[in-house]
Amino acid sequence: MPTLELRDLHTDFDTRAGVLRAVDGVTLSVGRGEVLGLVGESGSGKSVTGFSIIGLIDPPGRLSSGSIRFQGRELVGLTERELRKLRGRHIAIIFQDPMMTLNPVLRIDTQMMEAIQAHERVSTAEARRRARDALGQVGIPSPDERLSAYPHQFSGGMRQRVAIAIALLHNPALIIADEPTTALDVTIQAQILAVVQKLASERGTSLLWITHDLSVVAGLADRIAVMYAGRIVESGSVDAVLDTPMHHYTRGLIGSVPSRNQRGHKLLQIPGMTPSPLNRPAGCAFRTRCPAADAVCETEPELTNPAPGRELRCFHPASNTAVAA
Amino acid sequence: MSDTPIIELEKVSKRFGQPNGALSRLLGAKPAPVVQAVSDVDLSIHTGEVVGLVGESGCGKSTLGRLVAGIMPASSGQVRWHGQNRSGLSAADEKSAKLGVQMIFQDPQSSLNPRLRVAEIVGEAPRVHGLIGPEGEDSYVDAQMRQAGLDPSLKRRYPHQFSGGQRQRIGIARALAVQPAMLVCDESVAALDVSIQAQIINLFLDLRTDLNLTCLFISHDLGVVEHVSDRVAIMYLGRIVEEASAEIVFSRPNHPYTQALLAEVPRLETRKSRFGAIKGELPSPLNPPTGCHFHPRCPHSFSRCSQEVPVLREIASGQRSACHLNDQA
Repeated sequence: MPTLELRDLHTDFDTRAGVLRAVDGVTLSVGRGEVLGLVGESGSGKSVTGFSIIGLIDPPGRLSSGSIRFQGRELVGLTERELRKLRGRHIAIIFQDPMMTLNPVLRIDTQMMEAIQAHERVSTAEARRRARDALGQVGIPSPDERLSAYPHQFSGGMRQRVAIAIALLHNPALIIADEPTTALDVTIQAQILAVVQKLASERGTSLLWITHDLSVVAGLADRIAVMYAGRIVESGSVDAVLDTPMHHYTRGLIGSVPSRNQRGHKLLQIPGMTPSPLNRPAGCAFRTRCPAADAVCETEPELTNPAPGRELRCFHPASNTAVAA
Repeated sequence: MSDTPIIELEKVSKRFGQPNGALSRLLGAKPAPVVQAVSDVDLSIHTGEVVGLVGESGCGKSTLGRLVAGIMPASSGQVRWHGQNRSGLSAADEKSAKLGVQMIFQDPQSSLNPRLRVAEIVGEAPRVHGLIGPEGEDSYVDAQMRQAGLDPSLKRRYPHQFSGGQRQRIGIARALAVQPAMLVCDESVAALDVSIQAQIINLFLDLRTDLNLTCLFISHDLGVVEHVSDRVAIMYLGRIVEEASAEIVFSRPNHPYTQALLAEVPRLETRKSRFGAIKGELPSPLNPPTGCHFHPRCPHSFSRCSQEVPVLREIASGQRSACHLNDQA
C-alpha cells in the first residue's frame, strides 16, 4: 500500500473571472520511503496539489472532486479536527519560506515544544529534550543554546533547518516539501538536501518534493512527475524521464537547463509562455507551444502507459531519444 | 581583443557605514559597524568579453557590479574606463562613460516605473541624452523593442500588463536604448521560470554577437554562468578568490572554495547523489574571519591561513587564485 495516493484530484478556485482549475485531475502515488519529485513552472498547480493533500486550501479555493488516500485512509471529507490530528504528526509540510512556519515573536523552544505537546502528552523537560535532539539532527551547532533564540537570530539556511526539525519531530510518514531550498545558496541547499536525504533513507519517510528545479530532483528523487497547467503530463523513474523524455514539455524543460556540453550555444527553448489558468487551450494545454501539435491535440489526451512504470499524456510522444545536447 | 581593457578595477574597495564623528565619540557612542562589502578587488574586462561573477548571497557581487556600472562610487581604489580613471574625467566624458555601462536588474517588476508606458520607459533615456530627436523616437523605440524580442504594438501598455519574461525584455530594451558598450546583468535571469530563463539567455547570446557587447554577468547560478561566460571570477566575502577562463574554472578549479561550490551544484546528469556539504555558513561581513576569509570552512586550512591574507596571483597561464596551498607545492 503506497503512503500517499491521489486519484483524479481537482482543486478549483472560484474567482470573479470564472472557475480557475489549479489542479485539474492529478493522479499520483508515493510509496513508503520513496522520494517523488513534482516538477513544474510557476502556475502549474504543483504547490496547490501539495496544499490540497493536507487541507490547506482556503476559500475561494475548494477541493471539488477526487480522492486522497494516506496509508489507505481517505482524507477527503475529514473534519478539520481529524485533519489536525494528522497534520504535523503523520504528514508534515516544509514551506519555501521558513518564516511561514515560524512565529517571529516566539522562541524556537516554545514553538518546538508546542508542536510536540500538541500531539503527545509528554513532560516539558521531555519535550525540550526532544526539541534539542531534533535541532542536532538537522546539523544546528550548539542546539542547547540555539533553542532559546528567536527566528530572526537565525540565518535563512538555519531557519529552514529549524523548519525541517519541526517537520521531523513526530517522525511523520510523509513530508511534503514545497520548494524548500529555492531561496537558499547552493552550499546551504546542499547541506539541507544532505539532511533530508539521510533522514528519508534512515526512517523510511516518504517525500513529496515540489520544485521547479530539475537538477535538484535529478540528484534527490526516485521518481519524477512533471506538471503542466494543472495536470501531470509525464511521470516515471528519474532515469527514464530525464534520459528519454517523451512529452514535448519535459523535453523543452530539459533543453532549457544550461549544461556543460552546450556552453555558448543557444538553449533549446520552449516558445511562448504558460497559458493563464483562466484561459487554457482546449484539449492538450501545451499544444500552443508544442512543436508536434496538430488537430488531434484539440481533444483531451488520456493518461497512457507507454512503458512499465511510466505515464504520459500526449498523442505524439517524442521518440525514445535523449534531448540533444 | 584590444590591449586596453574596457573597464579595469584596481584595488577597489567599498565600505558601508561611517566611523563615528568626534562628537559622538566624545559622548561615548558605540563605534558604528563598518561593512567591508568589497575589498581590494582587481578585475579587468576586455571589449566583447562576458565575465561571470559568482558568489553566494552577501559576498559583495552586486556591490561590485554597481561599482563597475558607476552607480556607486568606490571607497578606495581606481576604476578605469578605457584606460582613464573614471573619477578624474571631465563632465562630458564622465557622462559618456556612465552611459556606456548599463545595468539590468534581477526583478523587472521593481526596476520598471509602473506608471510609465513601455514606449516612455524605453524612449526616455535616449531622448534626454540627445541620442534621438523627437521625430525619430517612435521608430527608434520600435527598433529597440524588436531587438529585445517584444512586439512594438504593445508599446502603449504598462509594465503590469506583461509577464515576467516580457518585463525582463523591457529592462533589456531600456538598457540597450542608450547604446551602451557594456552591460552589467545582476541576477537578470534568477527570478524567471526555467523555460523563460532559457529564452532570455538565448536573447543575451544573440545580442552579444549582434552588438559585440561586453558583459559582467552576476549570478549565484553556476550553470547559467558556465553557459554564458568566457571568463569567471569567484567571490567570497568581498574578495575575488579565483579567476580564470570558464573552461578552466569548471574543469580544473584551484581554490578550495571554488571546488566546494562546484561540487554542490546539482546537475541533471548526477542521479542519486550523496549531497556532501561545505561546513558552516557564510560568516557575517561585519566580522569577517582573519587571514583567508574561507579558512574556518576550508578542509585544507592550516595555521598560516588564519594569519595571512592570501594574494590573488597567477598560478597557471590565465588562472589566478588566492590560496596559500599554491605556495606549498
